[in-house]
Amino acid sequence: MQLAKVIGDIVCTRKDENLDALKLMVIQPIGAEGLAVGRTLVAVDSVGAGVGETVFFVRGKEASFPFYPVEAPVDAGIVGIVDSYDVPVSSVDVRRAGL
Amino acid sequence: MLIARVVGTVVATRKDPRLVSNKLMIARPMDPRGKPEGSYLVAVDTVDAGVGETVLIVSGSSARMASGLKDCPVDAAIVGIVDAIEVATGD
Repeated sequence: MQLAKVIGDIVCTRKDENLDALKLMVIQPIGAEGLAVGRTLVAVDSVGAGVGETVFFVRGKEASFPFYPVEAPVDAGIVGIVDSYDVPVSSVDVRRAGL
Repeated sequence: MLIARVVGTVVATRKDPRLVSNKLMIARPMDPRGKPEGSYLVAVDTVDAGVGETVLIVSGSSARMASGLKDCPVDAAIVGIVDAIEVATGD
């Protein structure tokens, strides 16, 4: 799983029937410093996350497990909203974080 | 999932029998603001997307869960046509 920030959402009228009623969010993976890492992607939301929240998400087929027994064609899913996380300063990239 | 723009189609006469009657498209992944990124990919279209449309692509083994692709040898499938993308400003 990876940390990410929810930065937007997507509307699709025409979509796979197993995606009906699922919420599609645009997320940006982040590192421990809270800064963007890698490309943005679209993830399905099973926990009610909103834009601006820090979340963690799962990649791969496991992203469809929250919707079992429906086999949703998804490869990334938000599975938790982060309340807080704590990383010792010694383990983050200090220069990158600007500390 | 990836956001991508459909840029073309693929015709293949000789292919795996499980791919017969599937529509193959060439798509270019892009970021939510429309900037192309990464390399082109071939995806099976399950929602009747057309060239020029912005679509949602599911990749990896999950692509086989798209409608009609059970047990097909695919790793990318178009599963939605994007109407609107809303991205918070400043991100």
